[in-house]
Parts: sequence; C-alpha cells; structure tokens
Amino acid sequence: MRVVVDFDKCQSNAVCMDVAPEVFEVRDDNFLYILDERPPEALRPKLEEAVRRCPTQAISIEED
Amino acid sequence: MVSGSGALGTVVVVGASLAGLSALEGLRQDGYQGELVAVGAEPHLPYDRPPLSKQVLQGAWEGEQTALREPAQYDALDVDWRLGRRATALDLDARTVTLDGGEELRFDGLVIATGAIPRTLPGQPPLAGIHTLRTLDDSLALRKELEGGPRVCVVGGGFIGAEVAASCRVRGLEVTVLEALPAPLARAFPIEMAEACAALHRDHGVCLKVNASVEGFDGNSRVERVRLSDGTVVEADVVVVGVGVVPETGWLESSGLPLNNGVVCDPTCATPAPGVVAAGDIARWTNPLFGEDMRVEHWSNAVEQGAAAARRLLAGPDDAQPFAPVPYFWSDQYDTKIQFVGRCTAEDELRVVDGSVEERRFVALFGRKGRLVGALAFSRPRLLMGYRRLLASSATFEDAIAHAAKSK
Repeated sequence: MRVVVDFDKCQSNAVCMDVAPEVFEVRDDNFLYILDERPPEALRPKLEEAVRRCPTQAISIEED
Repeated sequence: MVSGSGALGTVVVVGASLAGLSALEGLRQDGYQGELVAVGAEPHLPYDRPPLSKQVLQGAWEGEQTALREPAQYDALDVDWRLGRRATALDLDARTVTLDGGEELRFDGLVIATGAIPRTLPGQPPLAGIHTLRTLDDSLALRKELEGGPRVCVVGGGFIGAEVAASCRVRGLEVTVLEALPAPLARAFPIEMAEACAALHRDHGVCLKVNASVEGFDGNSRVERVRLSDGTVVEADVVVVGVGVVPETGWLESSGLPLNNGVVCDPTCATPAPGVVAAGDIARWTNPLFGEDMRVEHWSNAVEQGAAAARRLLAGPDDAQPFAPVPYFWSDQYDTKIQFVGRCTAEDELRVVDGSVEERRFVALFGRKGRLVGALAFSRPRLLMGYRRLLASSATFEDAIAHAAKSK
C-alpha cells in the first residue's frame, strides 16, 4: 500500500503524527513530512485511523 | 466484536452528518451486515462542515468539494439513505422512528446523531441579510451576499464568528464583531488566552466591540443596522449571528429518553433504552478519563464517538467499553492555527511553556488539582500533539511542564 497526502488539503494539524508517528511527522517548519510512503502492512490499522481522524480528510491509502 | 449483533436486523441512524457517517462506517467495519437506514434532514450526503466558514465562504472551494466520501465509498456502505427527511418522533415501545410525512421506520438498533442547530438571539427579527451558519446551504447563501461587498456585522466572537470574520477579511470586507463578554471566548479560556484571540482580530483589521449587548436590528425588509444597549449603532448590510448551538433534541421530547441539554448517555454512549445509542454534538456522557460530564461539539469527537457508538451497539451491554477520548479541536483564523486538546475552564492554572503570546506562537498548559487537563497552541501543531498523549495517560501538571522543557 502507498500513503498519499493531498497537500492542497493538508493544514498540518498533526493528528496523523499522533496516530502513526512511524509514517507522519510535522516538523518545526509546520509542514507535514511522510517518513515512509510504503509502510509495512502491520501499520494498516493505524493508517486507517489516521485517514479517518485527519481533520482535513487529506490522507488516503492507495493499493498496489 | 459482533457477538451481540445477531439480534440486530435493522439499524437506523438518525442524522447524516459526520457522527452519523462515522457510525455507519463503524458498523460495517465491525462486521454488521444487516439493513442500514440513514435519515438526514438536509438533502445532501454527508459533507464536511469546517470548510463552510473558511474555504467555501472565502470562495476558494465549491460546495461539492466538501463531500466527505467519494460516490463509490458511499455505494460500498450499502445504506438506504432518507435524505431531506426529518425525524419527528421516537417510539421506544414500538421501536419506530417517525419521519416528516408520517412514514415509520422500524429499528432493532438506533443511533441518535441529529447534532445541533444554531442558537438565535431573543427577538431576532426575520429580516433579509441576517444569517446563521451551520449547513452547506447556509454557507452558499451567505457567500452569495458577501460577493456584493457588504459591510458585515458578526454577532458572537466564538469560533464560528471568528472564522466568519477572518474569511470576510480575506475577501477584503469591512467587519465588526460584537462580543457580549470582555473578550471573545472568555467563558472557555482564561482571560490571557481570550485576549490573544481578540488580538488576532485586531491585528487583521476587524473592528471588535467587547461587552457589547445587542438590543435589536433595524431595517424594513432587509437589515440595515444593529443597535447595542449602550446606544451604539453598527451599520451593516449583512449580519451573521454566531452565538452557539443547541442540541437537536426536539424530536425526542415525547420519547421518554432522558434529555438534559443533549441526550443523556452512560459512559459507553448508550441511552437507558436497550439498543439505542447516541453520538456527536447531541450526546452527553461521562468521560471517565476526565471524570467529567460532557457534550462535545467538535469534529474529532463526532468521528470518534460515532465509531464508539457503533461498537457499543454491536457489543451489547456485557462487552461495552467506556468512551474515554481526549477532546480535540482546531480553528484556522487568518494565518494562525489554534489547536486545543483536553478540557479547560477560566479558573484552571495556566502556564505558557513555549513561544510567546505576543507573537501569537505559543503552547499553554492548563492544570487542575495537580493534573494536566488541557493544552492550547497557536501555530504549534507539532508540539501540541505531544500533550494529547500526556492527557490520555492522566499525566500530572508537573510531568507536563517537565515534558515541555525537554521538547524545546
């Protein structure tokens, strides 16, 4: 799976970083960085939670 | 997870906004395969409300961009949508929900998620140009009026009022905000923090009048001015009343469910009626993490509580889990991101642990009886989220301050 963030929608609320810090990081510049675009399958539940909880609905998961 | 769900033939979700959608998705994700019916008073499939006071009002987004899901995702949920229909009554003995027009929907499980409706001012006249903002249609109607370049008066300096004022300034409009308290949000936050919110408006050219009590509106068919009790008059072509919301419980009044500024639930989001749960703006429950009776009107709570209510419905009373979230909200005003986690009152101990209030970039912590209860940030999203975890683990105020020193 591949993690996709719509950066036109992302407002750096950092909720995703709270849910899945292995994949998402908001840095001091207040921009979101994706640490792992193709995270291991074991992280899927956390990623699905990040998709659900993103306040701007900017995250999606694409299947390979 | 689905142990108690065998008896559920039909689940009706009343309310087709975020909490309702989250409940529908939660039910399917947790394995419920029975009939799902969703009732929504608005004609639209679930859409996202936060952009209504920001991107939509500013003209950056069209209404369709607020859709919460793609059409294929809605199809996959396999829901019988009853949109543009209002629930008018609930009969717990017959286990039916009555819709406007008289149709009765039978249910085995029921999710109450009708949210809240805008409060209006006492004696508010039905003049053209006076708006409230809750729905997509409200936002589009207000936007249409803003396109004419009016002078805008916003009654209420809370989050909706503040975001509307900010969006009007983005459009270059002249805006007056009337706030009844000594500062916007002075009931929610200690005065120093409320002043920081007030300063944001003044920085951006909003005329902010505090301690302002609205006496009435003048105009023949259309509003022309707002009169204050101190004799001040504010000339306005458009007025936006943003003075909070009230839970939409009217249709439940004869149901026998306990109502107290919301539907009263136990800590697992269940009402006293078997198989009836509530979620979102309308649900009042005791959050065991804070030991506090609360009703939360924020986006994240609608998502989380919708899913929790769905789980509760399927689990049944024996396997019920308490719903114990850390409340979270955000508000984007001008170029500042305001974020808050936890709880706070004006009486809580306050400590600014990062940045500077004057520069409008800071983190402030709230303590009560030695415990961390909340954290507020202006344009500090990375730092704020660390406190969410501390709140979830019931950290002491001292631990939180030590964490702040380490995070610098």
